[in-house]
This record gives sequence, C-alpha cells and structure tokens, in this order.
Amino acid sequence: METVISTKNLFRTYNPDTIPVHAVNDVSITFGRGEFTAIVGPSGSGKTTLLNLIGGLDTPTSGSVEVNGTDVSHLKANKLIDFRLHNIGFVFQSYNLIPVLTAFENTGFIMLLQKASKEEREKRVMDLLEQVGLGDKAGSRPRELSGGQQQRVAVARALASRPQFVLADEPTANLDSVAASNLLDIMEKLNREEHVTFLFSTHDQRVIDRAYRVVTLEDGKVIRDENKRNG
Amino acid sequence: MILRLVWRNLWRNRRRTLITMASVSFAVLLAIVSKSLQSGTWNYFVSSIVGYYTGYVQLHKQGYWDEQVLDNSFVLGDSLREALSKDVASTYTPRIESYMLAAGDELTRGCLAVGVDPERETKLTRLREKLVSGSYFNDDGLIVSEGLAERLHLAAGDTIVLLGQGYRQTNAAGKYPVAGIARFGSPQLNEGIVFMQLNQAQELFDAAGRVTSVVFMLEDRHGLDAFTDSLAGYRTKGYEVLTWKEMMPQLVDQMTLDVGGFYIQIGILYLVVAFGIFGTVIMMTMERRFEFGMLTAVGMRKSLIARMLMGETLLIAILGTICGMLLSYPVVYYMTTHPIRFTGEMARAYESFGFEPVLPSELVWSNFLGQGAVVLVIALVIGLYPLVSLTRLNTTEALKR
Repeated sequence: METVISTKNLFRTYNPDTIPVHAVNDVSITFGRGEFTAIVGPSGSGKTTLLNLIGGLDTPTSGSVEVNGTDVSHLKANKLIDFRLHNIGFVFQSYNLIPVLTAFENTGFIMLLQKASKEEREKRVMDLLEQVGLGDKAGSRPRELSGGQQQRVAVARALASRPQFVLADEPTANLDSVAASNLLDIMEKLNREEHVTFLFSTHDQRVIDRAYRVVTLEDGKVIRDENKRNG
Repeated sequence: MILRLVWRNLWRNRRRTLITMASVSFAVLLAIVSKSLQSGTWNYFVSSIVGYYTGYVQLHKQGYWDEQVLDNSFVLGDSLREALSKDVASTYTPRIESYMLAAGDELTRGCLAVGVDPERETKLTRLREKLVSGSYFNDDGLIVSEGLAERLHLAAGDTIVLLGQGYRQTNAAGKYPVAGIARFGSPQLNEGIVFMQLNQAQELFDAAGRVTSVVFMLEDRHGLDAFTDSLAGYRTKGYEVLTWKEMMPQLVDQMTLDVGGFYIQIGILYLVVAFGIFGTVIMMTMERRFEFGMLTAVGMRKSLIARMLMGETLLIAILGTICGMLLSYPVVYYMTTHPIRFTGEMARAYESFGFEPVLPSELVWSNFLGQGAVVLVIALVIGLYPLVSLTRLNTTEALKR
C-alpha cells in the first residue's frame, strides 16, 4: 500500500525547560493510502497532539512528519496553510462550520480558497452533499441542522478539496448513536468506494469497531498497532 | 464569498452591531453639526468683519501695507480698470485714504479720510445701509462716523474741516458739509472715519487719478485662494495683493485658537466612539477564536481572515458614518436656513458690535466629508487590532474549547 503519512522519531514536549511532558514520545509510524484508521487511547495519551502534528497544526519538538514525501514540520506558516488547503481535510469534534454560511457555501468554501471555478465548485459541492445525504439541505444554515447533519456537512467540506487524507478529531463525540452510526456509514462508504483515507482520534467504541486499523497510544507512545483486516 | 461573509458576520450579533453603528452615527452627527456651526459662525464673523471695511482682498502699490502713505498710491487709469474688469470675477471698489485732522466748531480729532466711489462702495460694504441720519453723499457732502460726529458735536447739515498732508507732502485742507452720519459695528471705525467721494478726496490730497487701494469682496470666503491666484499676475507689475488673513493676522490667530479648541472637544467625542468600536472589535475577535483556528486549520490564510475582519470594522464605520451624514444633513440644512437667534444680553452684545444676533450654520460638503474621513481613519486604526491578534493566533490553542 502506498504510504501517505510517515512520522520519524516524533516528539512533542511541553515545558521542555521545567518539568517536561512528552505528549508525543518518539512515535515512528506510517499510514497508507485508503486506510480507515482509529488512533485510540485514554485522555492525555497524545491522540489529538499526534493528529495535530500530522495535520501540520502543531510543530514537533523533534523528529519529522512527511506527507507524500513533503516534510510538513519544516514548512513556513503560509506554506503550511496552503499545504493543508490542498492536501488535508479536517473534521473537528463540533461547531466547525461557519455559522453564517449555508451547507452549500460551507462545503464550497475550501474550493473557493483553492480558487476553483464556479461550475466545478457547484458540481462537486452538490455531489458531496448528495453523498452525505444532505442534497436537500444545501441552503440550510448550521443552526438549522442537527449535530449529525452538521458533521456530515463537515465531512463533505473536508472532501471538497480532494485531500490526500482526512483527519477527524473525535468526530462522533457530540453525536447520539443514530447520528454517529449514520456518519460512520458515510465515511466508511467514502473510504470503500472513493478510497478516501481517514484517520480518527477517538474514544468512541463505535468508531473503533468500524476501523480497519487501530493504533493505541499511551503516554505519547504507540503501545499497540492492530490491523483488523489482516487479523 | 468573502464580501458575503463580511456582510453576514456583521449581522451575527445584530444588536451589538446596531449599537456600535448608532454610536458612530451619533458622533458623526454631533461632529458635523458642531463643525457646521463653527465654520458657519466664523464665515459670518469674517464676512461681517471684512464687510465693514477691509474686504477679502486688496490691491496696493508694492510696499503700501508696510508704509500706508499717499506717496505709495498708484494711478487707477482706464487701462488698469479695464484689466481688473476683465481679469477679476468680482466687483471692486477703489479707495484713497489718509489720516487727517477733523474739526467741528470747537474740537479737533484725528480721523481716517477715505475717498470712495459711492455706488461701488455701498455694493461692497453696504455703506448706505449704515446711515443713521442725513443722506448718502449729496453734492459735496461727506459721511461721518457716528462716534466721531458725537465727539465733534456734529450732525447732518453741519460743517466739518479736514486738515492734513496730501500727495508728495502738499498741504491738504478743506471745508465740507456733513451729508450723513453712519454707524459702524467696529468701534475702531465708528470712532474716527470720514467718507468722501473719490474725486473730492483726490482733489483734497492733490492726487488726481490716484488711489491707495482697490478692495475686492467675495461671495464665498472658501474661494479666496483661487481668487488671489487670479490676481497673481499683478504682483509682477509692481502691485501687492493682500488677503484679509494677511491684513488682519490677529483675527486669524483667534480663529486658529477657536478651531484648536473645537478639535479638542471633537477629539474627546471621537475617543469615546473609538473605544465603542474597539470594544466591538475586541468582542468580534475574541469570541471567534475557535472559528479563526478552524479557518486557518482548513487552509485560510491569516491575512485573508485579517482582511475579512478589517472589512467588518470598516463596514460598521462606513454604515455608521453614512447614517450620521444622512441624519445631519437635514439638521444642518435647517440650522443654515433658520439660524439660532440670540435674545437678551447676548443679542445686545452682538448688536453692539454690529453683528446680527444669530448663530449661523454652514452647509458645505467639506464638513461632511471631513468628519466622515476622521471616523474612517479611526476605524482603520482600530482595524489593526485583529491583525495583531491574528498574528499571535496559535491554531491548536484556538481549537481548544
């Protein structure tokens, strides 16, 4: 399987000069194209920090993160933002839509930043909203959508830029079981049919059960890496 | 999309936006009305004061203003009259003037004897309207100021004797009937001025065809610079062109002082408004930290977010300013067409200086645009805060709720 993400001896240390806390502690791991992977572990184990480092939202204390051969840990601020725009899709825990834009506009926002043409934008956005089952809600503002629907729009937005992979930080944390199940169905379908790579950080057993690969962190270290497809 | 975002963000907290815009509008309204009253009042004062005697602009022989003697007079021949009529888009009045002794039956006083063209003079300085008794230049009769007439115990029909020096130090003496008595608002003028007909004065001073000054009046004092420029060519021909500002520097100083005081008052008002806008901008920035974190995470550059925030700040200021301007227009218009009228002591004080007891306003676009520009500059400066705040934004910290 083609490697998309690769980390080498990755450290993220807080308070390095006083009482050092290693949120990510010497993590070397790779993720391949088309994976549907859950990063799990107790609170404070470093799941979100690892995701932030992979997504270029945080800078490692040492070590490197490569995405498709590009070392994102050494990119300058604007280059990094542009890199994220073109390569990474994000789904956050909640409240991650722009409240004054409709579902259609929120989904197309990333493509607008990418300067995609209006026709291309409109076509892709409607396709994506159809895929996440919200074709009829294109004109709705976030406050008019349920939590599950908002997360589905967030998934559509994350995919709009045709990213290398999608990072989802606890995407089901604020959803009831039906909404969570619907969201996972959609993401699984996109992974299966469109080969979209998903990387989740999660506590949620429902996500863990659906993931093909589960990476377990504890005290910033990878203590288990289980590929369920291979058994 | 960014413009749409700016517009919609503005109305996220409708009440807060409206309150901020209202405070901007109120400040602009107050500033425009105050500025219109101030400039209207000064316009009125200046036009009244220059209308007493000086005029807005005077043309002299080079050096006359520093040494005001008849030897510094010049010939106002037909060619110069023609040139002035052609070059200058304003009516003018020629004068010849010199200090003389004026005597009645018993007393003698110093006075300024001024030879004028009666018709032109009254068009410019409304001399005819200032008459309190007698008539306006009958035959060889003179107009004597009220204060001087009282001191010399003269009335219309009496005789006044003028004695002094004429052109090139000749003796100048004459005996004239008093045609009329005129009252001037300026105490200085009222205490000692005598008006004669131009040819009569030229004869008295033995200065045939000569004048000491040509006085110009303007419809609008704001056109002063352009008017002075139109006379610039005369400067190279041995004349001096002086504006009222150069002839009455003390009045300019007083105006500058008053304008300075006005700007301090308005500055305090704008400071209050600036804090109001700043408070709104701080709230707009702080409460959306998560959103900014999310936007940078998904690939929106901070500079673009900063432009969006600057747009929101400017839009509040622009809308508030436009509302303030629209609200102030009818107020200023009404105050211009219906000036506030003083009564009682204040009215008497005004009238004693020859001013109408009113507080006039002035409807000019520069007052509106000037105050609007000030608010926009304030908004631009305040709009820098989100830029600074965004440069410090740490995406991962912002994404923690």
